[in-house]
Amino acid sequence: MYAQMVKSTGERPKTLDEMSPEERAFQARVDADIKIEPKEWMPEGYRKTLIRQIGQHAHSEIVGQLPEGNWITRAPTLDRKAILIAKVQDEAGHGLYLYCAAETLGISRDEMTEQLLSGKAKYSSIFNYPTLTWADIGAIGWLVDGAAIMNQVQLQKCSYGPYSRAMVRICKEESFHQRQGYDIMMKLCAGNAEQKEMAQDALNRWWWPSLMMFGPSDKDSVHSAQSMAWKIKPMSNDELRQKFVDQTAPQAEYLGLKIPDPVLKWNEAKKGYDFGEIDWNEFYEVLKGDGPCNKERMAARRKAWTDGQWFRDGLMAHARKKRARKMAAE
Amino acid sequence: MKNEWPLWEVFIRGQHGLAHRHVGSLHAPDAEMAIRHARDVYTRRNEGVSIWVVKASDIAASAPGEKEPLFDPSNAKIYRHPTFYDIPDEVGHM
Ligand SMILES: [Fe+2]
Ligand SMILES: [Fe+2]
Repeated sequence: MYAQMVKSTGERPKTLDEMSPEERAFQARVDADIKIEPKEWMPEGYRKTLIRQIGQHAHSEIVGQLPEGNWITRAPTLDRKAILIAKVQDEAGHGLYLYCAAETLGISRDEMTEQLLSGKAKYSSIFNYPTLTWADIGAIGWLVDGAAIMNQVQLQKCSYGPYSRAMVRICKEESFHQRQGYDIMMKLCAGNAEQKEMAQDALNRWWWPSLMMFGPSDKDSVHSAQSMAWKIKPMSNDELRQKFVDQTAPQAEYLGLKIPDPVLKWNEAKKGYDFGEIDWNEFYEVLKGDGPCNKERMAARRKAWTDGQWFRDGLMAHARKKRARKMAAE
Repeated sequence: MKNEWPLWEVFIRGQHGLAHRHVGSLHAPDAEMAIRHARDVYTRRNEGVSIWVVKASDIAASAPGEKEPLFDPSNAKIYRHPTFYDIPDEVGHM
C-alpha cells in the first residue's frame, strides 16, 4: 500500500501471559477500541512500527506528487489543469497531515525527511512508474487513488488517535481524486479510436503495479500479525487486494476496456473475481530502487530539499530578527 | 545545522457562531506564515471562517496519568444533571 511491508518488532505478538501489566492494560484498551493518544504509555515496538508506517505513508503522498505534477503544464484544457493542480495540492496536504501525526510519536520532521532522502525510509513502489501520456493521469486517479482509498478507509479505525484522525480527513478528500481520474478515462473512452487506445494502454501499464500496491501476501508475516494485534493494520493485504479487484473489474467493463489479465474471471462460488499471479520479482526490484523512475524521483526530492534550504533558513532568520526587535521595543 | 521551523497547532472556526476547533498542526517560521500555511493546508474546501495558530511549545496540557484524579470525581455528582430531579407532569415543561 502507501505503506508496504512495514516491519514491526519481528516477533510474534505476545500472549496476555507474556505481557507486563502495562502492556496488558495497553492491549485491553486497544481491544476495546479506545484510541491511544500521544503522551500515553505505549510499547516501544508500537511506537516504532507506527513511525515507520506513518512515515512511509507520508513520503508516498509527497513523492506521489511527482508523476502527476509532470502533466500539470500539459493538461489538455484549463479545467483539467485546475483540477490536477487541486489534486496534487491535496496530496501535499495529505503528506503534511501524516508527518504531523508521526511527529506526535517523538520523531522530528527533519529526521523523517533525512530518512527519505538517504533512502533509509521507503515510499510506495507505485510512484516509481512513469506517466507517459495524459491517459496515465486518468489511470492514476482511478486505480492508484482507488487502491489508496481501499487502504485508507480501513485505517480510519486504526488504534492511534492522530493517525486515525488524519485518515478521516484524507478519506474525505480522496474520493474526488478517484472520480476525476475515472472522468478522464470516460472522456477518452468516448473519444476516437486513438484516444480509446491511449486509455487501454494506460490501463495495461498501471493495472499490475496497482495490484502490487497492496504488497505481497502477509498471511504468514509476523510483522503483520503484530500490527494487526495492535490495530494499526486492520485488514490483510490479500483481503484488500481482492476487494480492489472486485470493485474495479466492473468499472473497467463500463469503460469498455480490457484488464490485462487473461485469468481474470468472476467466481460465483466465492462471490469475487479470480485473478492472475503478480510478478513479485518486479515488485522487489522496484522496492529495492531499480524501478523505471526511482533515481529520478529521489533526485527530484533531493533537489527540492537543497534548493529550498536558503529559503527555509532565510525565513527563520527573519522571524528571529522580528522577535528580537519586538522584544527590544517592549 | 538544525534550523527546523517550529510546530504550530491550528484551530479553525468552521462557521459563524461556532467555537474554534483544533484541526491539526504544521511547521512555520512565525505566526504570520503559520496562518498562511494553515489556510493552504486546512481550509482548501471552505472549511473555515477564522484561523487561530498557537505555538505547540506554548500549550500547557493535563497529563494523561492525571485522568482519574481530575475527571472521575464529577462522575459521582449526578445531581448536576437535570434528570436527577423528578418534576410532576402537572407542573408542565421545565
Ligand atoms: Fe493522498
Ligand atoms: Fe489521492
